[in-house]
Amino acid sequence: MIPASFDYHAPQSLEEALALLQQHGDEAKVLSGGQSLLPLLKLRLGAAGHLVDIGRIPGLEYIKEEDGVLRIGGRTRESALEHSDLVRTKYPLLADTAAVIADPLVRNLATVGGNLAHGDPANDHPATMLAYRAEVVATGPNGARAIPIDDFFLGLFATALQPEEILTEIRIPQPPPRSGGAYVKLERKVGDFATAAAAVQVTLAASGEVERVGIGLTNAGPTPLRAAEAERFLTGKSPTDDVIAEAARLAASAATPSADRRGAVEYKRQMARVLTARAIKKAIQRAREH
Amino acid sequence: MATHKIQVKINGTEHSAEVESRLLLVHLLREKLSMTGTHIGCDTTHCGACTVLLDGVPVKSCTVLAVQADGREVMTVEGLEKDGQLHPIQEGFWQEHGLQCGYCTPGMMMTGYALLEKNTDPSEADIRQAISGNLCRCTGYVNIVKSVQHAAAKLRESTGTAAG
Repeated sequence: MIPASFDYHAPQSLEEALALLQQHGDEAKVLSGGQSLLPLLKLRLGAAGHLVDIGRIPGLEYIKEEDGVLRIGGRTRESALEHSDLVRTKYPLLADTAAVIADPLVRNLATVGGNLAHGDPANDHPATMLAYRAEVVATGPNGARAIPIDDFFLGLFATALQPEEILTEIRIPQPPPRSGGAYVKLERKVGDFATAAAAVQVTLAASGEVERVGIGLTNAGPTPLRAAEAERFLTGKSPTDDVIAEAARLAASAATPSADRRGAVEYKRQMARVLTARAIKKAIQRAREH
Repeated sequence: MATHKIQVKINGTEHSAEVESRLLLVHLLREKLSMTGTHIGCDTTHCGACTVLLDGVPVKSCTVLAVQADGREVMTVEGLEKDGQLHPIQEGFWQEHGLQCGYCTPGMMMTGYALLEKNTDPSEADIRQAISGNLCRCTGYVNIVKSVQHAAAKLRESTGTAAG
C-alpha cells in the first residue's frame, strides 16, 4: 500500500519544525516514530499534505528525574523506556506498559509522545499517564505549556494539541515511598490492541490503607478513561479482597467499550473488571515492596 | 510531487536515489535497487517479513519512509553472507530446518542477527520475545528458535566465549 502524495520536511531544530507547522497549518502532520501515522496514511484512513519529521531534531529523547518529576522527551522510543533501569526500578507501571506496546520491532521506532499525541483510546500510554496524573508539555510558536493529562484527550483521535504545537515532554510526578503501579493488558496476540487493559498507580499510607490511587482504562470508550468513581471508593480504605473487587466493579461499570472482533461489549466490560482487580493487587504488592 | 535526493549506505555500499516523499524503505530496496531479499508480507506493520536493520536496530521497512533513511545505514538479508561464507544465523536456519515456505525467513534472520549482536547466549524466552513481532504462518517457531540457538552456539565458539 502506498500513501497518497505528500511533501516531507526534515527540520534540524525545533524552531524550524514549529515554523513549518505554522506555515502549513492543519495540512501538516508531525512524524515522530511513524508507527501509527504511516499505517494510517498507507491505509488512506488519513491524509496529510506535509509531514514534518522531528526525527532529526536533537534533544528530544531523554529519560531523567529532575525537581521531583520524571521527564521523558517526547520522541523517546518505547524500547528506550522498556530497557531503562530507572523506569524498571522506580516506574514499574511505565515499564509494564512499554513492554506490551505493539511488538519489539515497532517499539524500536514508536515514541511515547506519538503514542499520546495520536489520541487513540486503544493506545496503551494514555491510561498509564492518567493513572500517574502526568502532564504533557506542548511546545508551540509562543513557547511551551503544560497540559494536565485529564485535559488532554478530547475525543477519538482528538487531543488538546494545536496544529502548530509539538508534544515535547511528558512529566510524571516522582512517586512517594510506599508507591507501586502495574499495567495489565489482555491482547489476542502480540502486537494487537488491547481487548481491555488497566493501569493502576497506588500509594499506601504507613498503616497500609490506600492513600492515593490512579486508575486508567485502555480501549474502554471513545477516549482513554479515568475510573474516577473507583479511585474515590478505594481511597482511604484498607485494600481487602472485597474492597478491591468493588473498586474493579465500579471501574468496569464506567467503561463504554464498543463491540468488534475482539469481543462483545459485555465481555470487554467483564475483562476490564478482572484486569482492574489484577492491576490493583499487583500495584499494591509492589507498593509494599518499596 | 515532491522528490528528494537521498544517500543510504546499504550493506556497506553507498547508494543514492531520487525518491518521492511517500516511497517506503521496502520499496526503495526491492524496486529501485532490485534487492528482493527483503520481503513484503502483510504491509500493515504486523508480520515482520520486511525487517531490516536501520543503524543496527531491527525495524519494519514497510513502515519507514525511504527518505527517513537518508544518511543512515541499512542492513538487509543480502548483507549477512560474506565472501561466500554464510553467517551463522543463515547456517542455523539451514541446519535446523528453520524455514518451511521461507517467506518470513529474511525477517526472522535479521531479527535473530540483531538479538545475537547484543546477546550471544539468549535463553529460549529471550529468543521468543525478540521474534514476537515476526510471524511465521507455517508456525515453524520451534525450529526457528533452534536455528537462532544454533547460531548463538556457533558465535560463542568463534569468539571463544564459554557456552551456557
